[in-house]
Amino acid sequence: MSTCFDDPDPEAPKAVSMLPEPYVVVSRNQETADTFTIALRPADGGVMRSFAPGQFNMLYAFGTGESAISISGSPEDGGVLVHTIRRVGAVTSALDRLAPGSVVGLRGPFGSPWPMQQVRGRDLVFVAGGIGLAPLRPAILQVFSHRADYGRIVILAGARSPADVIFHDELHSWMQEPDTEVQLTVDRADADWHHHVGVVTTLIPRARFDPANAVAMVCGPEIMMRFTAVEMARIGLPEARIFVTLERNMKCAVGLCGHCQFGPEFICRDGPVFRHDRIRHWFSHREV
Amino acid sequence: MSTTLEPILRKHPFFAEMEDATIQLISGCAKNVRYRAGKLVAKQGTPADEFFLIREGRLAMEMPSPLGGTQRLQTADDGDVVGWSWLVPPYHWHFDLRAVSEVRAFSIDGRCLRNKCENDPRFGYEMMKRFSTLMADRLEATRLQLMDLYCGPALPTIP
Ligand SMILES: Cc1cc2nc3c(=O)[nH]c(=O)nc-3n(C[C@H](O)[C@H](O)[C@H](O)COP(=O)(O)OP(=O)(O)OC[C@H]3O[C@@H](n4cnc5c(N)ncnc54)[C@H](O)[C@@H]3O)c2cc1C
Repeated sequence: MSTCFDDPDPEAPKAVSMLPEPYVVVSRNQETADTFTIALRPADGGVMRSFAPGQFNMLYAFGTGESAISISGSPEDGGVLVHTIRRVGAVTSALDRLAPGSVVGLRGPFGSPWPMQQVRGRDLVFVAGGIGLAPLRPAILQVFSHRADYGRIVILAGARSPADVIFHDELHSWMQEPDTEVQLTVDRADADWHHHVGVVTTLIPRARFDPANAVAMVCGPEIMMRFTAVEMARIGLPEARIFVTLERNMKCAVGLCGHCQFGPEFICRDGPVFRHDRIRHWFSHREV
Repeated sequence: MSTTLEPILRKHPFFAEMEDATIQLISGCAKNVRYRAGKLVAKQGTPADEFFLIREGRLAMEMPSPLGGTQRLQTADDGDVVGWSWLVPPYHWHFDLRAVSEVRAFSIDGRCLRNKCENDPRFGYEMMKRFSTLMADRLEATRLQLMDLYCGPALPTIP
């Protein structure tokens, strides 16, 4: 098995459409005060497109606008497309107001996925910050439904406070999985919190996995991903085995408009999942 | 005591790549401690006469919250070192230290170690190197924590 990986799977299903299709909100779950999960199904009852973990859709709140939102459900759940969204502005607030039965426009799936095929047999380390757990969740669910294909699983999740931890119950159920380590940390807590307090990168040297065989998948704010790569290097996990997912404001999502350009890459077309060594250079340029 | 503790002390990451003579000096100031979950191990403002090398369990650094109750600031686990106030005047704890779970640790007597540092500058320098690294790591982690990483906009602000 090589120690280096190609860029994420070029074969992942990709839509090219600029035309949103109507999807119905079939359920809605409030994760935290500002974050919610909605499950969507085609309004015409038609067949849903398949997707690969790490890909995203463009969700259109009619009359307000479109936002890029990662798919947070299982790629093997053919019934619904699940998205977990943090309310930050106009579009995400409009999506927040949608009750079950409402209709949204959807284009997708777009973008590069996590390299699930290439990492078979490896220890996998998922590092998530805040809402960053959402794009990692399909990969984690896929691993648990094909558990024998992967080595040890480590999930390190950081949030601002205990009340901001998304997928709380699921994280606790993953703690019971064999050969799996789940560590939660928050920036501040009261005395009722029994997990870690501190930034998520401090969990890396404590986690038990084999850096010589592991692959890391990281999603969170860019500064967190940079420090994660530094910590991984310290324990001997090379950059070519670290994958990160990037976010930039997006319009067309099909590599035409240039809104999401990041150095020489278009995040919608070449990402959002990148091998860290391919984009590290651009991470350090604030203007990019 | 040093003769019995030394072999297990050596297994703690704090002693990695440390010379035998240095380990022997420290082990003369070490004792085994155990705290049950919830125990207040050190209180802010009281003399910091020891520091801890955690063997197993979780310790939390806490402060009274301005809003009432307690704010948990950072936690430390197996293999971590907790406490540098023993090395810096006025040698008082800067926070409360509480066992979150049952904790097994080595307590190192700070006064004993300070005396050895004064008498043996080479040993003192070795301690300073190890503890300045610890302080730098804590400072960097605290800075990241202060940035409120996960709740700001995901996008950098582009002028
Ligand atoms: C590939 C990709 C996947 C994403 N996946 C998710 C997801 O799973 N869940 C989720 O909640 N969000 C996700 N985002 C971010 C989401 O697209 C934005 O938060 C959203 O477009 C903001 O729109 P708005 O109108 O609500 O806020 P705006 O009014 O446009 O902006 C409000 C605030 O959000 C920031 N912002 C705007 N656009 C983005 C953006 N694209 N990325 C990050 N911050 C932005 C702005 O700087 C501003 O501070 C993803 C973004 C990308 C590019």
